[in-house]
Amino acid sequence: MTFVYVIAGILAVSCFMLLYRIGHGPTTSDRAVAMDILGTIMVGFVCLSAVARKQEFYINLAIAWSLVSFIGTLALAKHLEGKRLDE
Amino acid sequence: MSSNVIIGHILISVGAAFDFFGCLGLLRLPDVYSRLQAATKCVTMGTMMILFGTAVMTASPWIAMKAIICAIFIAMTSPTAADALARGSYLNGVRLWDKSVVNAFKERAEEIKYESGEEK
Repeated sequence: MTFVYVIAGILAVSCFMLLYRIGHGPTTSDRAVAMDILGTIMVGFVCLSAVARKQEFYINLAIAWSLVSFIGTLALAKHLEGKRLDE
Repeated sequence: MSSNVIIGHILISVGAAFDFFGCLGLLRLPDVYSRLQAATKCVTMGTMMILFGTAVMTASPWIAMKAIICAIFIAMTSPTAADALARGSYLNGVRLWDKSVVNAFKERAEEIKYESGEEK
């Protein structure tokens, strides 16, 4: 169980670095990149929960989260490009 | 501890290290594109390692199968999202770092701007 706590601590420190980049990013693109990476790190977090609790539905959460994060990042990229979402 | 638990712990540790250094790169590198490169490669690799470690060390085959499906999904989607973000930020007008050497997208970006100007 100590192992899970240590890994969760490392991932939490990574998340705080990303939050700094989201807060202080000079441009909007920096913030979009950090949001994308935050979604991917969250998938790792949820998998760690699956390891710790030995429950199956956490993995379903991970799959759903990666899908939603992907769609959101594509929408952000399209918005940055200056187009509307249906173009 | 059985051997698969030890292998899983090693994989998850390596994955967490990749995640950490990817985020460190996102914090320290100078412009959007190098940040995107460091963060996307490292974090994709790290999260896939964590997923494979979960697949190795778990007892249930269903968790293992879903973890591998999720890893394949991340391997497909994360480079796509990074490419879209880089393209979007270039067309948005974010400049490269002063000491950048090559810009392979420059001519294509001008063509894209020209074409979108014609449509209007």
